[in-house]
Amino acid sequence: MIRQCFIIFGCLALGELVVWLTGITIPSSIIGMLLLAALLQMKVIKLEWVKGMSDFLISNMGFFFVPPGVALMLYLDLIKAEFLPIAVATVVSTVLVLIVTGWTHQKIKVKDDK
Amino acid sequence: MELLQNHIILLALTFGIFYAARQLQKWTGWIVLNPILVTIILLIALLKLTGISYETYQHAGSYIEFWLKPAIVALGVPLYQHLGQIRRQFLPIFLSQLAGCLVGLVSVVLIAKVMGASRETIISLAPKSVTTPIAMEVCQAMGGIPSLTAAIVVTVGLFGAVFGFKVLEVWHIRNPYSQGLSIGTASHAVGTSRAMEKGETYGAYASLGLILNGLLTALLAPIVLKIIGI
Repeated sequence: MIRQCFIIFGCLALGELVVWLTGITIPSSIIGMLLLAALLQMKVIKLEWVKGMSDFLISNMGFFFVPPGVALMLYLDLIKAEFLPIAVATVVSTVLVLIVTGWTHQKIKVKDDK
Repeated sequence: MELLQNHIILLALTFGIFYAARQLQKWTGWIVLNPILVTIILLIALLKLTGISYETYQHAGSYIEFWLKPAIVALGVPLYQHLGQIRRQFLPIFLSQLAGCLVGLVSVVLIAKVMGASRETIISLAPKSVTTPIAMEVCQAMGGIPSLTAAIVVTVGLFGAVFGFKVLEVWHIRNPYSQGLSIGTASHAVGTSRAMEKGETYGAYASLGLILNGLLTALLAPIVLKIIGI
């Protein structure tokens, strides 16, 4: 458990370090994710060293979004005032992203890799 | 009501409501009763009724929100497990990401602008499809309201998680890789957690969509907004 936490938080900490050193606007968590995948690929870390912790975190990821979602209550007035543009823009654009991404990928994906 | 301000009690309530909401979805089988959505609505109602401020709740909530970053790091595992496959599919993945990212940015900004949204709102809407930390960063850099972005991002994620697979089915997008990728691109980690429930392959492609669209949006959002003239 401690080793699992160390690996996950170690990658995150290295991500923080990269952000601090370079000042790039990519979040430390994304850098940490890429780093973890790279370390697994290079066999520096074994899969079973992180599997338990990562499964736990991934399967409960939705729950971690509850507090930022509750922040909606701060903007109820703004959202009420601009409800139509916010709702239409969000829904239409999200549907477009879904269709365009999925359709493009389905059309041009490499055939033999079904 | 003093007692409800205690952050341990607020934490216990959050866990309890989420657990009940998940059971409710299991019993009814209704996708619309997404436990994240139900918990957010019930918590907001509860806070409004009892007059507890968001700041008070946030103190408790920060213990939960804290795990978001390590959870995103953990997505490195499914990413690694599908690396070989992803490498062979690199060009289709990259091109569909680029198309999705651009269409998402341009459409949300144009629709909001035409419908008369304020400048701050438009900027806060622009990074709506990408994961909270990236979206907030992008929004802040361009002069929007980061916490409004956070709230919109979660809403978009919920929309993708609840209706995403339905939308794709209607448009005959049935390939599991295309579906996963598209869900992750449009609705970041919330959509990805839904994709994970459907299967590891969906999940791995969704996390890929989440990463690539996050990176592309961070790079392209300022340029697109400048061109459109926001």
